[in-house]
This record gives sequence, structure tokens and C-alpha cells, in this order.
Amino acid sequence: MPSFPKPKIPDAIVPPPLRKPGKPGSGGTPKGQAPDDLKTAPPERPSHGDKLLEMGKEAPIDALGWVDQRLAASGFLTGMLYRKVPKGTNWFYTLGSATLFAFIVQAVTGVFLAMFYVPSATQAYDSIARINNEVPLGQLVHGMHKWGASVMVILIFLHMGRTFFFGAYKYPRELNWVIGVVLLILTMTMAFTGYLLPFDQRSFWASIVGININGTGPVVGPYLSDFLRAGPELGATTLARFYAIHMLLVPGAIIALIGAHMYLVVKLGTTAPPWVKAERPKVAAPVSQLEAGANGNGRVNGSGVNGARTQGEPVDGEGDGAGSA
Amino acid sequence: MKERVKPDPPGYFEGESMTRRRVFTIASQGIGGLAAAGIILPAVGFAVAPIFHRGKERWEAVGPISDFVEDTYRQVVFTETEGIGDAGKTTAYVRKGSAELDENPGEPIAVSNRCAHLGCPVRFVEAAGNFICPCHGGVYDFVGKVLGGPPVRPLDRFQTRVRRGQVEIGPRYSVTSQLEPVRARDPGEFTGGIWEYLYPPRPSTFPAP
Repeated sequence: MPSFPKPKIPDAIVPPPLRKPGKPGSGGTPKGQAPDDLKTAPPERPSHGDKLLEMGKEAPIDALGWVDQRLAASGFLTGMLYRKVPKGTNWFYTLGSATLFAFIVQAVTGVFLAMFYVPSATQAYDSIARINNEVPLGQLVHGMHKWGASVMVILIFLHMGRTFFFGAYKYPRELNWVIGVVLLILTMTMAFTGYLLPFDQRSFWASIVGININGTGPVVGPYLSDFLRAGPELGATTLARFYAIHMLLVPGAIIALIGAHMYLVVKLGTTAPPWVKAERPKVAAPVSQLEAGANGNGRVNGSGVNGARTQGEPVDGEGDGAGSA
Repeated sequence: MKERVKPDPPGYFEGESMTRRRVFTIASQGIGGLAAAGIILPAVGFAVAPIFHRGKERWEAVGPISDFVEDTYRQVVFTETEGIGDAGKTTAYVRKGSAELDENPGEPIAVSNRCAHLGCPVRFVEAAGNFICPCHGGVYDFVGKVLGGPPVRPLDRFQTRVRRGQVEIGPRYSVTSQLEPVRARDPGEFTGGIWEYLYPPRPSTFPAP
């Protein structure tokens, strides 16, 4: 495990036994108190109200401390949230988080759509019409889910492009690329199965075409399309099947794989953009020093090499910029 | 060099081939695997079962034989999948067989409107005498053979029979480029020739007539 300087933990999240005693008089006079000149003498002992106020202030911190003493999560959270990132990190690095946010939007709106949607071949269309026309804000929630699906697919491809063009798929991050590809396939599965659910003309024929494209795969194709349709023709069971895949099967897999994806991001750290050159240690030959000097500033992270390396280096080297999760 | 000899585990006897610990490891893993398979296999089988299930053969009357002629099609709509209302209906173009086209004269011929490319609904254009698909521009001639565009085989057909003067339409079947009947295939899948082997028959479809 690489050691890196621990960032200062905010006082609020440190549990009480570890917290340093506050300076005397620092928290003694809350804002709600009357000004001194209105009184004959400053209060020597805090009043009953002050005590309550103090207890109220402490309560959430105490509760947090109580949980953390049992969960021991603050170390992990500190390591994850305060991890180092390489020089040159820019807005393109937010595309992954944006994709995650799009997924959360899909999950939340999807849960609420499921409260009104009826996955039955004879009622699906009417229930969607009811969501759009009668349920308060139904059109908004449905619209967020519908357009959010496209947004998520677009963001995934942008994120994928960023990873590709920045070379962030290289050693030691190949596995994370593979997980990302699986996540892409699962997202496309979500898009495909979700498209049928409104059961209007467009979704019906689009699903027929999509299933038939699956059917053109050699040898397994015919059985694959039968599996997707739950029979030789698109029918009531097809809708139930797509609904189950869309609602239950794939979201669970996506959540699990997003967890693995993010674990690897935190564990391995991120890469610097390709235009940021790796810096040599200062002990190297004068030529290297010249290079380092030409690069702007010598040492950044307080250790020899910053996180600008993309490949060919051990994962847990000193000063890798990799957060230890 | 002196080798450290581990003391014999309890119950060890000369010539034993497997330690007690190993027996228990294998046994517990095996039982765990059986338990997992007992849950997973039925669930997967349940999901996969429709591949092997063939529904009941369905025949639907679409009108008296006198309604149909030899030189053009009449469009009929009938239910192919029950229980889902209008979505389960499909369209066929029906005419009488003609001796000029090497068919049994008078026998009804029902051509499916499902495009053999990806399953869009084709339309019979009377003026051209062709079937035309709106999605990707597939064109078929009067008997349903491919004239142009992406379709890989002629249009599917339905089995027909005449009962009490009524034309009845039955299960779907596909045809080769020479209009020989084969088991029904999904759109986009080839029929005949070496391609036959790329797309094996599905148990969920009816045998060719």
C-alpha cells in the first residue's frame, strides 16, 4: 500500500474521543445571546439554553462519530475523496462522473415511472399515455427518463473516447477498460429493452427490427431471437421479458460493475493527459534535469515521479498519485 | 539438508490417498455447487424454455374463396399471436394460384407482409405489381421473389386451406429462392444452399408443408 501524506480531516467528521479539546471560550458565546452591554456581568456559567444549543450542535457529530467508530469508514472515505490526481487533470475527466450521474437520474426516474407503468401488452400503451397526460409531472419524469437514456449513451461514448485518446486504457488499467465495455453493452441492453416498453408503433417495429438483427447471428441467432421474444412471434411475454430485463436483471449488474469500475479508478488512480510528460527524479543525469527544468517546475508531488506515467511502471510505486483505497 | 517433517494429521494411516481435510473440502464444495445449480438451472431453464415450446397450430378464416382472384392480391388481417390485441395481428396478401405461374390453379396463396430483411411491413403496390418495403427499400416481385434491396430471401408465406368455402390461413413458413417451402425463419436469415447450416431450424416453428 503506498503511503501518502494524510490530508487534514475536517474536525466535524472526527469522532469525539480522537478530537482535540476545543480552545477555551472558542465556542462559548453563541450568536443568539444578548450583547454584553445589556447585562451587568458576562455569564460565568453557560445557561441551560446554551447547554442545549451545544448539545444540539454536537449531536450530528456524535452520531457520525458513533457510526464511524463501528464502520471505520472515514479512513476509506478520506483516502478516496482526498486522493491525488495527476497534473493536467481537466474537465474531460468529469465525463465518467457525468455518466454516473446520468445513470442515477435513470434509476430514480425509472423507479417512479414503475409506480404508474403496467407491463401488459394490452395496457402498457394506455398507462404511458396516462403518465404523460394525467399524472402530475408525469410527462416531465417520463421525458427525463426517455431523453436521459440518450444522454447516458452519448456520455458513455464521450467517456470512452476520452479514455481511448488519453491512453488511459493501458497498463495497469486494461481490466477497467474491459469492465467499461461490459457496462457499455449493458447500457445498450437497457436502451434496447426500454424502447419496447411504451408499446406504441415505433417501439413495436423498432423492437422487431432489433430482435431480427439479433437473429441474423450465425448458428445461435435464431435461438437468440426466440429467447428475446419468448417464442416465434413478438407477444405479451416479450413485453414482460423485456420489462424484467430492463427493471431487474440489468440494473443490478450495472450497479455492481459501476462499483468495480470506481474501485479500480480509486485503486489505480487516473492517468495524466498525454501532453503532460513524466518528470524524471532529481537524482538523474543533468540532461534529465534540463528536461525537468524545461517542463516548467521540477517536482510537484514531493516525490520523484508524479502521476504522469501511463505505462511500464509499477502500480504501487512511491508517489504514484494512486490513492490507497 | 534436513527436511522438516510435518507431524501426521489425526487419523492418518499408512497408504491413505486422501486426507480427511481434503475429503471435506471436496464434499462441501460439491454440495454447495449442487445447491447453487439447483437454484440456477431451473431459473435459467424457465427463461430459455420458450425456445423449445411450439404453440398450438392456429387456423383463421379470412373470407370466402370467391373473394380472391388470380391476377392481384387482397389484403387480409388476422391474428397470429393471441392475447395482445391489435399488436398480435399480422397482414397477408392472398390470391388464387395461377397456372401461368406454375401453381395449383385455384389454391389460395397467402404471402406474408413481413419483409425478409428485418421484418418491416411490406406493401403490395398494385401499379407496379411489386411488394415494396418502406424501411430499407427492399423490392419483391409478384410472387414475392427478391427484385432488389437488402432482403436475403423471398417473402414468407402462410399455409392455406379451404374449408366450407372459406379460405383459412395457418402457420407461417419460409421459402427458398426457388419458392420451395422450408421451416419458418426470422427475417434476415438465409434459406437454401450452404446458408442453411448457418441458421438451424427452430423447435418453436412448424415444419414446412
